[in-house]
Amino acid sequence: MHSYGLLLVLFGIAAGIATILYAITVTLGPRARNPTKDEPFECGNIVKQVNHRVSVKFYIVALLFILFDMETVFLYPWAVIYRDLGWTGFWAMISFVSVLMLGLVYVWKKGALDWD
Amino acid sequence: MDVWLPYAWDVVRLGGMLAILLGLAGPLTWAERRQSAMIQDRIGPNRAAIKIGNKEWRAFGLLHPLADVIKLLTKEDTVNIRADRFLYNLAPFISLVPALVTFAVIPFGPDVTINGVAYPLQVARLDAGILYMFAVSSLAVFGVSLAGYASASKLAMMGGLRAAAQMISYEVAMGLSIMGLVLYYGTLEPYAMVRAQGELLFGFLPAWGVFVQPLAFILFFTAATAENKRIPFDLAEGESEIIGYFVEYSGMKFGMFYMAEYIEVIVVAGTLTTLFFGGWQIPYLMDHGFVFPWGGGLDLSHAAVTVLRIGAFMGKLLFFCWFQLMLRWTLPRFRYDQVMSLGWRRLLPISLANLVVTAAVVLWLEA
Repeated sequence: MHSYGLLLVLFGIAAGIATILYAITVTLGPRARNPTKDEPFECGNIVKQVNHRVSVKFYIVALLFILFDMETVFLYPWAVIYRDLGWTGFWAMISFVSVLMLGLVYVWKKGALDWD
Repeated sequence: MDVWLPYAWDVVRLGGMLAILLGLAGPLTWAERRQSAMIQDRIGPNRAAIKIGNKEWRAFGLLHPLADVIKLLTKEDTVNIRADRFLYNLAPFISLVPALVTFAVIPFGPDVTINGVAYPLQVARLDAGILYMFAVSSLAVFGVSLAGYASASKLAMMGGLRAAAQMISYEVAMGLSIMGLVLYYGTLEPYAMVRAQGELLFGFLPAWGVFVQPLAFILFFTAATAENKRIPFDLAEGESEIIGYFVEYSGMKFGMFYMAEYIEVIVVAGTLTTLFFGGWQIPYLMDHGFVFPWGGGLDLSHAAVTVLRIGAFMGKLLFFCWFQLMLRWTLPRFRYDQVMSLGWRRLLPISLANLVVTAAVVLWLEA
């Protein structure tokens, strides 16, 4: 329990450091605004609108990440007590991992991992 | 004395950890520039100086990090009119805070015994320490993608997207690559893992992670470099191309992203040391002194052993920081499709295969 309390303190300190840096830079910096400086940086062009629609590839990566990261989390408790589980645990996890590998092979063959 | 000592010790370990992170981040920026200068046959930073009387004191450019901080702090803070002000200001916080707190579970020295009570040199000893490390370090992806999104700039948006996709892709491989170690040592607690690495394999080889799981070391190091978005995986910035998710930031707000990167270098070095290179362990150094496998030994006091072990951790930490700097200035940059392909088609299947083989071998050795 003590460890978690200390972690909370550490989060506070970290946020404090960030806040102090932020406060100093906002206070100390000069202020000289002009219309050109207020525009987003764009190599000389003035952009009207940023297109917030993004390639579908990024969504697919996000979906795959959720799937495989979940699997990683499932594997952690298994790995910790693995020696106690013995061969039963081994075959149980083999079946779990092979289902996931099938999924990976599927998305691979479907071309979800292609970036061109 | 016994009443306040635990609280004083809390200050010691918190202070020690922050001293490592903040004290090393500045010199690392200097080391990176100096190192690249050496590699590219330039002189590198050496101008910043303190003038005392007629004598200029340059300290090999070591004052440059200090000058950088002062400069960043006194620069104008710009927010462009299209930006989402709240998220724009929040993003540097979300980048810096996780970087600062990740190191909490890494033991930077052995337990120190004072009056028969053991005091740890580790901020938090959690049963799920490694899980905590992954959980907190993965928060950084929010800072990066929010910075890109809130800046309302095309280049920042592209950088943020690339960074987010790359970080989450490599996180899977990173989590899986160390599963073999967790399985072998049977714990998620870094201190217990370091303790276990003090054993000897075949009577002479230290049971360090790198000897037990050499493949996992390569996989983890690759994935960690990609997580930190450093060359060869710096697609999110591509210094000569899109500059990256922090292109709109100025002053110390940019500095916070910059600081976070170097603190993450230290965190990666600390993680590598702890998981794969025995943490604070020195081969053949037991709690009471050296015991050599070829016979003989050397008795040392508790204080001497503790100092040696803290020194060993720092030495390994600095080595891996330096190694990451070398890596950055040695390798060229990947293409984006190559990065994604390496993460999903190489690292992920290889780390799964590594896990299955390790699992089988561990049981086979036990039988």
